[in-house]
Amino acid sequence: MAETTVASKTVKFIVSRQDTPESKPYTEEFEIPYRPNMNVISGLMEIQRNPVKADGSKTSPVCWESNCLEEVCGACSMVINGKPRQACSALVDQLEQPIRLEPMRTFPVVRDLVINRERMFNALKKVKAWIPIDGTYDLGPGPRMAETKRQWAYELSKCMTCGVCLESCPNVNDRNSFIGPAAISQVRLFNAHPTGEMNKEERLEALMTDGGIEGCGNSQNCVRSCPKGIPLTTSIAAMNRDTTKHLFKKWLTN
Amino acid sequence: MKGNSYFSRKLHSLLGIIPLGGFILVHALTNYQAFERGPEGFANGVHTINSLPVLPVLEIFGIYLPLLFHGIYGLYVAYQSNSNTGRFKYGRNWAFTAQRITGVITFVFVFWHVYQTRIQVYLGNITHEELGSTMHTIASSPVMFVLYVIGVLSAVFHFSNGLWAFLVSWGITVGPRAQRISSYICMGVFVLVSALFILSLVAFSGDEFKEAANAALTWTNIG
Ligand code: SF4
Ligand code: FES
Repeated sequence: MAETTVASKTVKFIVSRQDTPESKPYTEEFEIPYRPNMNVISGLMEIQRNPVKADGSKTSPVCWESNCLEEVCGACSMVINGKPRQACSALVDQLEQPIRLEPMRTFPVVRDLVINRERMFNALKKVKAWIPIDGTYDLGPGPRMAETKRQWAYELSKCMTCGVCLESCPNVNDRNSFIGPAAISQVRLFNAHPTGEMNKEERLEALMTDGGIEGCGNSQNCVRSCPKGIPLTTSIAAMNRDTTKHLFKKWLTN
Repeated sequence: MKGNSYFSRKLHSLLGIIPLGGFILVHALTNYQAFERGPEGFANGVHTINSLPVLPVLEIFGIYLPLLFHGIYGLYVAYQSNSNTGRFKYGRNWAFTAQRITGVITFVFVFWHVYQTRIQVYLGNITHEELGSTMHTIASSPVMFVLYVIGVLSAVFHFSNGLWAFLVSWGITVGPRAQRISSYICMGVFVLVSALFILSLVAFSGDEFKEAANAALTWTNIG
């Protein structure tokens, strides 16, 4: 008896589909059996197993990306009921139904819910979000980092390049070359590092080019949306301060 | 041209406060003389401004050029933005969209207002002394009054919210607490300066300025 009641409970999904990067998106509805503690990924897996729409007709399985399933890789980011977030940590029990799934269209859509986040990795390259220590000989240990600094810098290091902050930003669009909040916060992270600090001007100058930090319009959606709770607007303002100082320093010393 | 958009945007932000924000404040205080001291007070205010040294230079480099750069570059900034207040209903996001909308309204309003007042003086259609009566004609028409209130509120919101954003963009207010407190202060500025402008509009629509207008009219008739 108990089993039949559980089995009769279903979950409704409305999924945005897109067959190729250029084709038009359309939606399909699915109704799948409910299981306790489902997340959006397990719902998508069920659709993959049995790609039948709510009206009973067959369709192709929905494409999506996921890896870690514990909200640390960022691969499964998509727009769920209007909000960009990770599908693996989106629990069905906490979502309003029907659950609407869409790709984060700020990025080029590859297929269905799969997007290409290459621009984020290009942004990290542009601002040199790394610490250059490679060489032909051992440079020995670097300077120590103060514990107080390590504590807040650690928070910034949690960024998983998921793209949610770019999706929420009204200034990241195809009319605007804004680099997005994530990379700006990474500049703050690497500039805070005692060894990374040695190249801080390079990173600041990268932020002072076209589409750099000036693209921020202070909507502050990013800080509200970041699943890792990264203080993005504080990072942006701190980099505003550092780039401003750098600008005047350059004017006065060159 | 490395870093050109960084530079233009910084300049845009700076000009919005110095000199344009400063000009708005001076303008609000001068107009408020109309409310506090009547036609004579207002005329004195206008007179004080007109007796500034090198006035044309001040006007060109302190107002017209900054206004044109800020306005035109601002339209470009607005064009580069989306509005997603439907999906992200946060106060700051509303302010982001409002900043762009009020910017466009202010752009139109300022041109129109300058045409109605300053340009008319340049054209010789009115004199500086007659600005009070010009404003009376404008403010006593209900449609114009409402349009002016909309224009003034847009301009003052744009300035106050822009002041908040300026403090962030120049790295003056960095943390969330500092930004919250500065947003309260900027809201206060919005209320205060709006009140100054609206009270002066009310004063302009009053009978005192009508008499002043009549007096000016008689005076020109005699002349
Ligand atoms: S800052 Fe936050 S929202 Fe932006 S990419 Fe990193 S983890 Fe995602
Ligand atoms: S699968 Fe890694 S964040 Fe969801």
